[in-house]
Amino acid sequence: MSLQVEELTVYYQTLKGDVRALEEATFRVADGEIMGLAGESGCGKSTLANSLILLKPPMRLVKGRVTLDGEELPIHDMERMNSYRFERISIIPQYAMNALNPTQKIGKIIADLVRWRQVDFDDILPELKRRLDLVHLSYDVLDMYPIELSGGMKQRVVMVLSTLLNPSLLLADEITSALDVSSQKAVMEMLVSFRGWEFVRSVIVITHDLSILYQVADSILIMYAGQLAEKASTVAIIRAPRHPYTRMLISSLPEVGVKHAERRLTGIPGTPPLLLNPPEGCRFRERCPVAFEKCVDVPPFIQIEPGHFVACWKEFETNARA
Amino acid sequence: MLELEAVSKVYRVGTFGGKELRAVHRVSFDVQDGEVVSLIGESGSGKSTIGKMILRLIPISTGRILFNGVDISTLKGVALKAYYRKVQGVFQDPFSSYNPIFKADRVFRILQQEYFPELSRSEWQDRVENALRAVGLNPDQVLDKFPHQLSGGQLQRFLIARALLLGIQFLVADEIISMLDASTRIDVLNLLADLKAEGLSILFITHDLSLGYYISERAVILYRGCIVEMGLTDKIYNHPLHPYTRMLMVSVPRLDRKWKEGEVQLRGQQSELAGGCVYYDRCPEADKDGSCRSHEPVLVEVEPGHFVACKLYPGA
Ligand SMILES: Nc1ncnc2c1ncn2[C@@H]1O[C@H](COP(=O)(O)OP(=O)(O)O)[C@@H](O)[C@H]1O
Ligand SMILES: Nc1ncnc2c1ncn2[C@@H]1O[C@H](COP(=O)(O)OP(=O)(O)O)[C@@H](O)[C@H]1O
Ligand code: SF4
Ligand SMILES: [Mg+2]
Ligand SMILES: [Mg+2]
Repeated sequence: MSLQVEELTVYYQTLKGDVRALEEATFRVADGEIMGLAGESGCGKSTLANSLILLKPPMRLVKGRVTLDGEELPIHDMERMNSYRFERISIIPQYAMNALNPTQKIGKIIADLVRWRQVDFDDILPELKRRLDLVHLSYDVLDMYPIELSGGMKQRVVMVLSTLLNPSLLLADEITSALDVSSQKAVMEMLVSFRGWEFVRSVIVITHDLSILYQVADSILIMYAGQLAEKASTVAIIRAPRHPYTRMLISSLPEVGVKHAERRLTGIPGTPPLLLNPPEGCRFRERCPVAFEKCVDVPPFIQIEPGHFVACWKEFETNARA
Repeated sequence: MLELEAVSKVYRVGTFGGKELRAVHRVSFDVQDGEVVSLIGESGSGKSTIGKMILRLIPISTGRILFNGVDISTLKGVALKAYYRKVQGVFQDPFSSYNPIFKADRVFRILQQEYFPELSRSEWQDRVENALRAVGLNPDQVLDKFPHQLSGGQLQRFLIARALLLGIQFLVADEIISMLDASTRIDVLNLLADLKAEGLSILFITHDLSLGYYISERAVILYRGCIVEMGLTDKIYNHPLHPYTRMLMVSVPRLDRKWKEGEVQLRGQQSELAGGCVYYDRCPEADKDGSCRSHEPVLVEVEPGHFVACKLYPGA
């Protein structure tokens, strides 16, 4: 089965009013799919991930439904979500590495976590050790404090820990952002192996770095200012993007092989709108070079080719004409 | 223009400063007039320490830094002030350079008080507006605003504009765009390239290899405080010679090719430096007989303008 998200809309309640961080998100993650979730900071990536597992104030569920493996998740009910969290759906939160309790040894942290799910640490220890072997960590880490581990080691500990009960879906939020390039590669490849070893079935990998997603993701979902802009296979997003934002984003990326003197890249003029009182319609409208009258309405997120979803009026128009 | 000669920095750390931490070790390189040199290395490799020594924010332990032939450690009073009119730095987190309770353009007023008290208000205002336009900002949109009302990219440009007002010749740009989003970082990068075209020299400090490639003609690769390789950017990226640089180049995620599996050594805690090659404990080429562990390789010029410090290359 898989993850199905329908019209998920989540706001942050603040004194100044609602911050409309996630609007009408509808998408699917297939069984075995590694989906990348990308977009610039503040576009709602973490909000989306957190809503699936830990929707707590000031977040407010405005509407929407989430089903995992055919069963509706009670995302609005923190208590009832407890029986899904960590067992069926698990998250490596942004900054998780630094959130490990510094006063507790790694082994103790893991023991407490599994006990919370009524699993005995001694029962799970052989499997835990097998997995530490697989990620090339010695058992000594169980007896160490977080501070004694390098960034890459900590990230691997967090990965093993969060998938110990073989969840159906893992949400990995910016797990490589603080790592150097060699650790980034090691951690990302390990994530792919976790799927191969069936420690997880599907994964949503959140990062602002598209070139990392190109390496490991099957599909990519692009968000802009709280709205879904485009979802397609990784190759389609990188080589043949259809949403104006995705196109401009990809053509603005400096890459090894591109030199200013030979090819001057251009950015996207302007900045994303604030999500407190955001503009009506397509939120990319103000920066979009092809915007027209229609764009004051919200474009629906529609499948224009098998597996390729886009929310853009211009693209619909071009498509209809072709 | 700027020359580092065997510059080292040892920090005193631990209780009562009883321990020594070697942050930068015998680093020598230069930056010519109108040149962009990238200083590339992972976090903790000593990049910012080098930038701070150039800006005289911290003292050098041993070695010399020469600016137009003059040892900068000898500068005092008027001469030091003159140095800062030519050499300035911009750092990673633009927000930390502003006091949130004052408007962002206060940095310009302070600058006038310090360096241009002779100018009238309107003359100075004209200069500020010109500098803002030069960095791609619309003065009407950004003046008279608090820092939180401006984006990270706008605040970075403010700081670059500030440096331009001084008429600087040399800019230390320390990770200045790593906090910016993809859609705006390229504009700041282009701005630096334009300033370079007008004659500004830039030390571009980054851990992001693709940024270094885009903007610089030469690159310096730093690992644990030591230069392991330096030379023309094309050479370094397309024909990396040092085992560390090679590992970096296969690890960097690119949109034009996929990672090959299993080329990267996983890495544990860093071992103590034993006095040999800094890359010894991770290096797949390291000598089994331990000579890399005890013998510290020196930079040798393997081909014109391309230097490597590794015993694989004769002379090192
Ligand atoms: N606790 C909060 N209260 C109010 N607004 C918030 C809160 N957390 C996040 N936001 C806002 O919600 C939007 C989406 O944030 P987030 O999901 O963290 O973005 P991303 O992960 O893509 O960087 C941003 O505009 C952010 O400022
Ligand atoms: N003020 C300081 N006191 C002690 N150690 C420091 C200080 N500043 C930096 N270091 C250490 O020096 C090394 C190099 O740091 P830094 O120059 O900041 O590296 P980078 O900028 O490449 O990340 C690191 O090990 C760091 O912990
Ligand atoms: S819907 Fe309109 S404004 Fe939005 S991306 Fe498409 S053309 Fe641009
Ligand atoms: Mg986030
Ligand atoms: Mg630094």
